[in-house]
Amino acid sequence: MNTAAQVENNLPHQVAPDVVIDVKNLVTHYDDKLILDDINFTVNKGEIMVIMGGSGSGKSTLLRFLLGLNTPTSGTVSLLGKDITQMSAQEMYEMRKQMGVAFQGGALFGSMTVAENTQLPLREHTRLDENTMRIMSRMKLEVVNLAGFEDLMPAQLSGGMIKRAALARAIIMDPKLLFFDEPSAGLDPVVAAELDELILRLRDAMNMSIVVVTHELDSAFKIADRITVLDRGKILMCGTVDEVRNSGNERIHNLLNRKPRQDAVDVDEYMGRLTGRNIKGSLPD
Amino acid sequence: MKYPVHEHGKFSVISLTGEVDLNCSPQAREQILKCLKKNNHLLIDLSAVEYIDSSGVASLVEGFQTARGQQLQFALLGVSKAALQVLQLARLDKVFPIYASIDDVDL
Repeated sequence: MNTAAQVENNLPHQVAPDVVIDVKNLVTHYDDKLILDDINFTVNKGEIMVIMGGSGSGKSTLLRFLLGLNTPTSGTVSLLGKDITQMSAQEMYEMRKQMGVAFQGGALFGSMTVAENTQLPLREHTRLDENTMRIMSRMKLEVVNLAGFEDLMPAQLSGGMIKRAALARAIIMDPKLLFFDEPSAGLDPVVAAELDELILRLRDAMNMSIVVVTHELDSAFKIADRITVLDRGKILMCGTVDEVRNSGNERIHNLLNRKPRQDAVDVDEYMGRLTGRNIKGSLPD
Repeated sequence: MKYPVHEHGKFSVISLTGEVDLNCSPQAREQILKCLKKNNHLLIDLSAVEYIDSSGVASLVEGFQTARGQQLQFALLGVSKAALQVLQLARLDKVFPIYASIDDVDL
């Protein structure tokens, strides 16, 4: 049960605010097209922030900036107090030791077993002995309910198992920051619910700060401490689950009620987009 | 880091302290295995542990399994809430013998 003060501060899980992710005035373009427009939000220690939005809203692009995979046109992305947009490759390498990422498709190496995939960050970043690495890997596979599958190859796994193996790899180093791209996408409801439970347990047991990118409403409402709603590259709102549910914003309402886009159509702009030339262009012969 | 070890009845007691993470867990592992090599029953005092990560827990797992193989007793003492949550994540709280304090151990 959240206290009134916690809700007022939009911090349902946190007692003392401790910002671990701070995005300020983030703007990015692909060529001339504006993709992310003045994005600002924070994530606190031990908090689950869900980034939600429809297809093309910019949420996966935003995730790439949080991971330091892209450089913005302007603005800053600070992780654990350090601006990653200005970091050298070596500094980013050190930062990545404290980050775990579970990509949507799993991104497991097809030529490695589940255990080898899971141990990969340990081999890259530590000098632990083989026994410790093997036990750590098996512990994480136990946590994600994949105990006994360590010798299988990724091609032998179901979609849900691949996501769980990817999660095991993402948490093998006990990262402070965990990023999870579309954990529920393509999974049956039972497996999706299991993954949601697991994300909550990781937050509670390890005090991880977790960013989940998803368009699955049920999952978002179940796990989020706060939700950032993106639409066409802009933040529509950032608030608690209740605040998002009760928002009077029409676009959020449409997203929550799965209503298709009903934008006013600009005929010139639309026809220009379809034909590849504006109204002043020459007509076809 | 070298963790303090003392004898209590038939047990050696290793007191882990502070943050048992990737930097310190190799030393914890080494001390645990060294005590077991001497065929000592072992208690691991976790009451002063502020944080333990998976590598630290892995050292405990390896120690426990080694002790079992040698038919030695192995238990955890004074497990803090933070450490307990990490153990619970992998259901290890149901595996390790855990005592609130050394007074509860049958010496």
